Amino acid sequence: MDYSSNNVIVQMVEWLLFPGNWSGVRGIPARVLEHIGYTLLTMLIAVLIAAPVGLYVGHTGKGRVVVVAAIGTLRALPTLGMVFLFVLLAGLGLMPPIWALVLLAVPPLLSGIYAGISSVDPSVTDAARSLGMNELQILFTVELPNALQVIMGGVRAATLQVVATAAVVAYINLGGLGVFLVEGTQIRDNGRLFGGAVLITVLALVVDFALGLLQRWLVPPGLRIDYGREAPQNSGRQQAVASAQGGTT
Amino acid sequence: MSPASESQHAGQPTPMIEFAAVTKRYGNAHPAVDELTMSIDRGSITVLVGPSGCGKTTSLRMINRMVEPTSGSIRVDGREIAGVPAAALRRSMGYVMQSSGLLPHRTVIENIATVPRLNGVSRREAQLRAAELLDVVGLASGLGDRYPGQLSGGQQQRVGVARALAADPPVLLMDEPFSAVDPVVRAELQEELLRLQRDLSKTIVFVTHDIDEATILGDKVAVFAVGGRLAQYATAEEILRAPVDDFVAGFVGRDRGFRHLSFQPGDEVRIHDVDRITVQDLPDPAVAVDSAWALAVDADGRPQGWVPQATRESIRSVTDVVPGGSLYRRGDSLRSALDAALSSPSGLGVVVDGDQRAVGVVRAGEVFDLIEQARRQRGRAHHDTEV
Repeated sequence: MDYSSNNVIVQMVEWLLFPGNWSGVRGIPARVLEHIGYTLLTMLIAVLIAAPVGLYVGHTGKGRVVVVAAIGTLRALPTLGMVFLFVLLAGLGLMPPIWALVLLAVPPLLSGIYAGISSVDPSVTDAARSLGMNELQILFTVELPNALQVIMGGVRAATLQVVATAAVVAYINLGGLGVFLVEGTQIRDNGRLFGGAVLITVLALVVDFALGLLQRWLVPPGLRIDYGREAPQNSGRQQAVASAQGGTT
Repeated sequence: MSPASESQHAGQPTPMIEFAAVTKRYGNAHPAVDELTMSIDRGSITVLVGPSGCGKTTSLRMINRMVEPTSGSIRVDGREIAGVPAAALRRSMGYVMQSSGLLPHRTVIENIATVPRLNGVSRREAQLRAAELLDVVGLASGLGDRYPGQLSGGQQQRVGVARALAADPPVLLMDEPFSAVDPVVRAELQEELLRLQRDLSKTIVFVTHDIDEATILGDKVAVFAVGGRLAQYATAEEILRAPVDDFVAGFVGRDRGFRHLSFQPGDEVRIHDVDRITVQDLPDPAVAVDSAWALAVDADGRPQGWVPQATRESIRSVTDVVPGGSLYRRGDSLRSALDAALSSPSGLGVVVDGDQRAVGVVRAGEVFDLIEQARRQRGRAHHDTEV
C-alpha cells in the first residue's frame, strides 16, 4: 500500500481509512470477529476451570495456600513461550495456543472469584447458615451476589489480558488482529503495524466498557449503597478488589 | 407416643429445651461449656448472661447446631437434636444476632421472607407475611423496599427480629441482639420485645453480657462463669436478692440492691397532693404559689416542671420552669418511685397515670420506709423457715 507520507501516524490513519482493508476474509471486520472468537473461547474455558476451584476454595477456605501458589506460578509464565511450547508438544491447530491463553486468563479470574467469595462478611454467611440455608444455597444465593463486584474485577482483568495477548496466535497463522502486527513487521508496513495495534487497543477498551455495563447490571442494588458507618467492611472489600485486579498490567 | 406428649397430656408441660451434661471443648483447652445441665421453660424468656468467654453464646449456638457439642445431649421439644438435619432444625427456630446479619443484597421484605421462602412458601405469600411483620415489629411499611445498608442500627435489629419471626417458630434464639445499638434505642427494643412476647409466648433464649438487660427481660436468668460453668439459674429477682456465690454477687454488681427494688411493687407507697399551676397561668403574677414548690402542668394535667415559690416572679412561661426528674407511673416498682423522688429538684417524685397526667407526688423518705418494712418481712419469713 502506498502512503502519502513517511510519518507513522499519517500512515496508520491512511491504512485504517483505506476501504479495501475493511472487506473480505482478510479484512479488519473478519479479523476483529476472529479475535473476539478466540477471546470468548479462551474465557469460556478459563471460567470453567477457575469458577469451580475459586468458589470451592473461597467458600470452604480449604486449599488456599495451593491456590495462591498456583496463581503466582501461572502469572510468571510467558504466554508467547507457552504458545510455542504447546504447538511443539501438540502440533499446529486451534487448541494449543488457546491453552496458552487460558493459562494467562486463569490467575486473575481465579483470584477474583476466590477473593470475592472469601471477602463476604463472615457474619452474613453465619446468619444465612443460622437461618437454615444449606451450603450450596449460601454459596449461590448469598456469597456469589455479594462477591460479584470483586469477581467482575477479575473477569475484566482477565478479559483485557486475553484481548491484548490473543495477537500471539497470529504467529502460527490462526488470524485475529495479531495478523496485522505480524504482517506489518514482516513487510515493514508501519501503517498496518500501528493500525493493528490501535485496533487491538480499541477492541480492549470497548470490551472493558461492555463488561463494566454488565457489572453495573449484575451487582445487586443493595450493594451499591454507600455503607457509611460500616467502614471496616468496606475497606476489606476494597482490598479484595485491589488484590483481584492486581497483575492487570 | 413420645414421653413429651404424654406428660403434656398430664398437664405438666415438659421443658422446651433441655441440656443434659453438655460439654463443648475446642481442642484440648479448657472447656468452653462444662457439663451444662439446664431446662428452659416453654413460652418464657430465659437469659444467658455472663462475662465474655463464659460459654453463653456457645451454649446458645448448640441449640440450633451452629456448634456441635463435644459430649452430652440437647433435646428440643422432647426430640434429640443430634438426629435432626441441621438446616431443617435451624429453619424451625428464629435466630437474631448482634450484627443484625441481614443479607445486604436483599431488600428488607426479601430478608424477612428468607425462611418462609426456604420452606417452599410462594414468593407472593412470603412477602405478604413479611409486610405484616414489618408492622408487628414497629417499622413503617415504606421501609420494606429499602436495603439493609439504608437502615439505622435499631431498624436493622427490628428487621432481624421480624425475620426470625417470619416462619412463626416456637423457639427464638437471640445472641446479644441489642448490644450494638445506643442505650435509648436498646431500652426501646427491650420494651418492644416484652410487648411482642406478651402476644406471641415464644420460648426465647437470649444471650447478653449486660446484667441489667438480663433482669429486665428474663423470666429466668442463667449466670455463667468463666470456664463455661453455670453459676446460678433462677429468677432475676432471686439472683439480685440472693446471689449464690461471690462470682455471681460480683457479676451482678454493687448496685444490685437498688436494682432489686425493680421487683418490689410500689402499690403501697403513699401518694400526696401537690400544689399545681397551669402553664397558662404562668405569665400572670397574680397567680401565686402557696407551698415551697408547685408543679407546672399543661392543660391536660401533664407535668412540665417545677416552680419554686422563691423565684415565682421570674418564671413567666413554660421555658422558665425548673426541669423535673423522672416520672413514676402509678403501680410501677419501688425502684422507679425512689428514682422519681431522688431525681426531682423539689424532692417530690411526680406520680402519673397511664396517660402521663400528674396524680400527685411521693416522698423519698416514705419509699425508704417501705423498703425497710419489706426487708423486715423477708427477714421474718427467712427466720420462720430456718426454725
